[in-house]
Amino acid sequence: MTATPILELRGIDKSFGPVQVLHDVAFSVYPGEVTALVGDNGAGKSTLVKCIGGIHPIDAGEYFIEGEPVHVHSPRDAAGYGVEIVYQDLALCDNLDIVQNMFLGRERKSGLVLDEATMEEMAAKTLDGLSVRTVQSIRQLVSSLSGGQRQTVAIAKAVLWNSKIVILDEPTAALGVAQTAQVLELVRRLADNGLAVVLISHNMNDVFAVSDRIAALYLGRMAAQLKTSDITHAQIVELITSGRSGDLGLQNGNGAKA
Amino acid sequence: MTTTESPAAPSRPDPVLRPHPLRRTLDVIGVQNLSLIIALIALCAVIGSQNTNFFLVSNIKTIGTTVSIVGIIAVVQTVVMLLGGLDISVGSAAGLTSVASAMVFTSASSAALGILVGLLVGIGVGLLNGMVIVYGRVNAVIATLATYAALRGLANLISNGRAQGYTGTDSTFIFLAQGSVLGIPILIWVLIVVALLVHLMLRYTDIGRNIYATGGNPTAARLAGINLNRYVIGCYILAGFVAAIAGILLTARTGSGQPTSGSQGLELQSITAAALGGVALQGGKGGITGTVIAVLMLGVLQNGLTILNVNSFWQDIAQGALLVVAVVIQQRRGKLRAYGLPR
Ligand SMILES: Nc1ncnc2c1ncn2[C@@H]1O[C@H](COP(=O)(O)OP(=O)(O)OP(=O)(O)O)[C@@H](O)[C@H]1O
Ligand SMILES: [Mg+2]
Repeated sequence: MTATPILELRGIDKSFGPVQVLHDVAFSVYPGEVTALVGDNGAGKSTLVKCIGGIHPIDAGEYFIEGEPVHVHSPRDAAGYGVEIVYQDLALCDNLDIVQNMFLGRERKSGLVLDEATMEEMAAKTLDGLSVRTVQSIRQLVSSLSGGQRQTVAIAKAVLWNSKIVILDEPTAALGVAQTAQVLELVRRLADNGLAVVLISHNMNDVFAVSDRIAALYLGRMAAQLKTSDITHAQIVELITSGRSGDLGLQNGNGAKA
Repeated sequence: MTTTESPAAPSRPDPVLRPHPLRRTLDVIGVQNLSLIIALIALCAVIGSQNTNFFLVSNIKTIGTTVSIVGIIAVVQTVVMLLGGLDISVGSAAGLTSVASAMVFTSASSAALGILVGLLVGIGVGLLNGMVIVYGRVNAVIATLATYAALRGLANLISNGRAQGYTGTDSTFIFLAQGSVLGIPILIWVLIVVALLVHLMLRYTDIGRNIYATGGNPTAARLAGINLNRYVIGCYILAGFVAAIAGILLTARTGSGQPTSGSQGLELQSITAAALGGVALQGGKGGITGTVIAVLMLGVLQNGLTILNVNSFWQDIAQGALLVVAVVIQQRRGKLRAYGLPR
């Protein structure tokens, strides 16, 4: 690996009470690449992402941004390092409009008062930059949008902040064919613009279509992290379901590394 | 998002659609508020046609001053409801501050001190509610139902259940109760100022925006880094503070501290007004304008029933019925899902 990862995790442990969900997880993300994070239901993908986002404190392990060790204790901290996350359930407020959602918790103000004009302009520019042409008005309530449009707004919200790392938790899970294609195209474009993108997905076709790198979690352990071009469809499925595939993956049956 | 972008499509339309001016004024007032205004006018017409005394300036002032105490409470109830909460203790808090301010006034013979203590009591009550809800993780209805009962008990305990003190000769209290500026009674000014300040906060500041966000989707609000605990506690403190103002005005109006009379029922009236005004019980929807119009409507209705000599017990029934009707209209118009139906 020549380039330094923009985000790197080492030895992450995370338990919820007596249940250990993440075991000694290492994870690296590179700028300009889409890293797919795959794994079966309950493998710990969302938990890992929430640890990255500062929602769950990690029990042990190291967190590096551009090679520098950092401590992330809240979503604000993560955002401060340029990490933005689009959660599985999107976390949009249905009762607010697109602009209001995009600036949620980070409103622009002039003096005491909200600076609606600037926010509107920045939101429009961001959506334009993503070549989003499907929303009629950026003052539309989010509740009136389709699933794909909601996803688009959530992604636009994440890239609005000059973020460096955008993490998408199953962005296409609820979408139809056309909308999935659009979101994937958007994901690819983000990476082509130099962002580091992490894509969580259960759909291997999507993963192979857009990713540069694949990381497979198996029962809370990182089974393998490889270039997409170095691995086959069948191998990745094996890694997801049993944690190993030939020489790849976790070497003994209970999931611990050899 | 029906079709993928066609290459022939021109550059995207102006993101901010500029609607017709008429449409925009309607948007500013809101369809819901417009229907409330129409209902208010109709109500006035019906009552006025039965008894023309209704339209006397003195009667309209009476409506205004009666409405002001319920009005300021309804305004803060709106804020709490927008946040997704409910404050049932507002009436009891007003009763407690009414007694407390009158008693302090009597023993210290200082109106300023009486008012100050009253306001501090209100802030304390709000802080207590907020802390129990946030740190005790108690449902807002239960928490404020508990303070509703406890504060009423406390007010009766310290006053022996009787009116306390006599403020009717103090110039400050007389000014609050009977004074007027520019021909408008102080009581009405208090409502105007409270409503306007809260309206501006909700509409034009990030605080207001975050209150709406929290009511709409608390998870999203927390993920966005909004400090929910601070907002919840802050809103209940605001409610307690304004309930204290109501309690002090109550003391001024009646000339003495009243543990229950005048404050009992303020919780129901304020919730009814907010619901009628379009504030969603599940939070995040509604505004001050609707609530204020609804407060006026309730005031006119009550005044009308009195003028038309309707038995006052009917007024309670009307009040309860109105709350149900208001919520039913709201749920149906809000295209809310039937109970348990997925989105
Ligand atoms: N807050 C929590 N408290 C306790 N256990 C949790 C919590 N969050 C997740 N878990 C557990 O951690 C494990 C991993 O969950 P996680 O949501 O990370 O899986 P996932 O890989 O995202 O799965 P999916 O593909 O279904 O989204 C599961 O066994 C889950 O029950
Ligand atoms: Mg998940």
